[in-house]
Amino acid sequence: MRTAFINTLCELASQDPRIWLLSGDLGYSVLERFFARFPTRYVNVGVAEQNLTGVAAGVASCGHIVFTYSIANFPTIRCLEQIRNDVCYHELPVKIVAVGGGFAYGPQGYTHHGLEDLAVMRALPNMTVLAPGDPVETALATRALVNWPGPCYLRLGKARETVVHQNPPDFAIGRALRLREGRDVTLISTGATLAYTMETAGRLATQHRIEARVVSMPTLKPLDTAAVAAAAHETGGVVTVEEHSIIGGLGSAVAEVLAELAGAHGPFARFGSPDQIRERIGSQAYLRDQDGTLLDLVLVTLKGRAT
Amino acid sequence: MATDNTHTTIPLARRIRARAVRMVHHAKASHIGTCLSMTDLLAVFYHSVLRVEPRRPDWPARDRFVLSKGHGAAALYAVLAERGFFPHAWLDGYCDDGSLLAGHVSRHVPGVDFSTGSLGHGLSLGCGVALAAKRAGQEFRAFVQLSDGECDEGSTWEAVLFAPHHRLDNLVAVIDYNKIQSFGTVKEVLDLEPLADKWRAFGWAVRELDGHDHAQIHAALGAVPFQPGRPSVVIAHTVKGKGVSFMENQLAWHYQSPNDEQLAAALAELGEQA
Repeated sequence: MRTAFINTLCELASQDPRIWLLSGDLGYSVLERFFARFPTRYVNVGVAEQNLTGVAAGVASCGHIVFTYSIANFPTIRCLEQIRNDVCYHELPVKIVAVGGGFAYGPQGYTHHGLEDLAVMRALPNMTVLAPGDPVETALATRALVNWPGPCYLRLGKARETVVHQNPPDFAIGRALRLREGRDVTLISTGATLAYTMETAGRLATQHRIEARVVSMPTLKPLDTAAVAAAAHETGGVVTVEEHSIIGGLGSAVAEVLAELAGAHGPFARFGSPDQIRERIGSQAYLRDQDGTLLDLVLVTLKGRAT
Repeated sequence: MATDNTHTTIPLARRIRARAVRMVHHAKASHIGTCLSMTDLLAVFYHSVLRVEPRRPDWPARDRFVLSKGHGAAALYAVLAERGFFPHAWLDGYCDDGSLLAGHVSRHVPGVDFSTGSLGHGLSLGCGVALAAKRAGQEFRAFVQLSDGECDEGSTWEAVLFAPHHRLDNLVAVIDYNKIQSFGTVKEVLDLEPLADKWRAFGWAVRELDGHDHAQIHAALGAVPFQPGRPSVVIAHTVKGKGVSFMENQLAWHYQSPNDEQLAAALAELGEQA
């Protein structure tokens, strides 16, 4: 995803002189291609994320579109108040990019797990929150947010994610993308769990004769509430999928829509990280499935339904 | 020229002080001490230093002024009204229901570039403005008014480190060093000394002056950058509550709002009637 991001950004920057990139001293083997081509629009601010964000706001206030880049929680939670006051309060076009959303840095430990970022960013006024599901969505999201007004947060996985979209989808900020049809349940995924969700949907069909609709939700805010309502009304249940705390992310955002929805709907469940910090670390897949797989959760959720 | 300007800025500062005292009295607000300590600096900034156009507050080539110590809002609003950014009548509604004039500086007020209020944000904003101007070959400058208290903030020092590295000689920081912070003297709470040496060691060109001596302020702010290739910092030694004898050097006036009698006494000292 980070490769799709930087390649797209370089292409955009070659056409749009307003685009800057500021790094918090991270991006080895990724950002070089940007600063080699656009040295006057690149700064490595150093290991100083508060200053990174404040400087980005200052530069953006002079008419530029400024990307900040770091990993995990460093460009978001570390400098949260700079984002709130200097970026959001001023409605500035600062585009915050975090690599390593969810458990992408699994074995590196909890400091490097991005598990609360979506909740925190979603709560900020004027902030648009994007978590693309594969490299194709990443490129399209990067392109879209350059011309999207105001502050944005782009949450990426890391590297070598599976390409899920075989054809370019009809991407727009705020629009859900339907990848698979099915009436028994809808799986809504945000971020890099998209491939895992598709794979689970395939196994539900072949092993359990459960046909799942799969919806990718690359925009967490503004949320495509119509797609959530359609899932609730047209399919037998809704399960959200994310590498994030079950508090405040996609699961919460969808629950908010369902709670206000008129009419009955089927069961609902959230697949994500429980509200706890684990002692043991491991790979991305190991940590993701610690409390059972998505397949298990879907089966439990749909248990007892009429088939 | 500096001498001529003091004839204008000294009465301007007196009017700002009187305005600010009236505003905090009206709003029963805090922070009059911090307004009064930086008033002379503000008067010189807005009369003689900043290239701004009150009729075009968003003029792209304007100098940017960041009041990083955003709790000094009343004094800033007063000087902006004096410069004609908005009508004086707005000041009467300071902190009222529905007012744009919040107790901490809001960018929704004409002439304000950056909202502030949480300490330690302003110098980074100034660095960003100065960097953008440098990289684009533009002439505008960034001036950041800091408090001594916010030199406790780590984020301030991140920016102190950044500016000389990027040779931002179009950036000027001014520290309102009144020696009293929120809950005690700077010496008691978290000593900053040797303050000038610290900034110098980080690579800034430093000048110290009496922050109430208009001739000194004019001379310093008219001479930036003090050294080509380096950001400039003015350490302005000031008195919290300056200009109203019973408020001077009193921690209580970080919080307290004058009652009617105190307002009358303060205005009398400032040569105005209540």
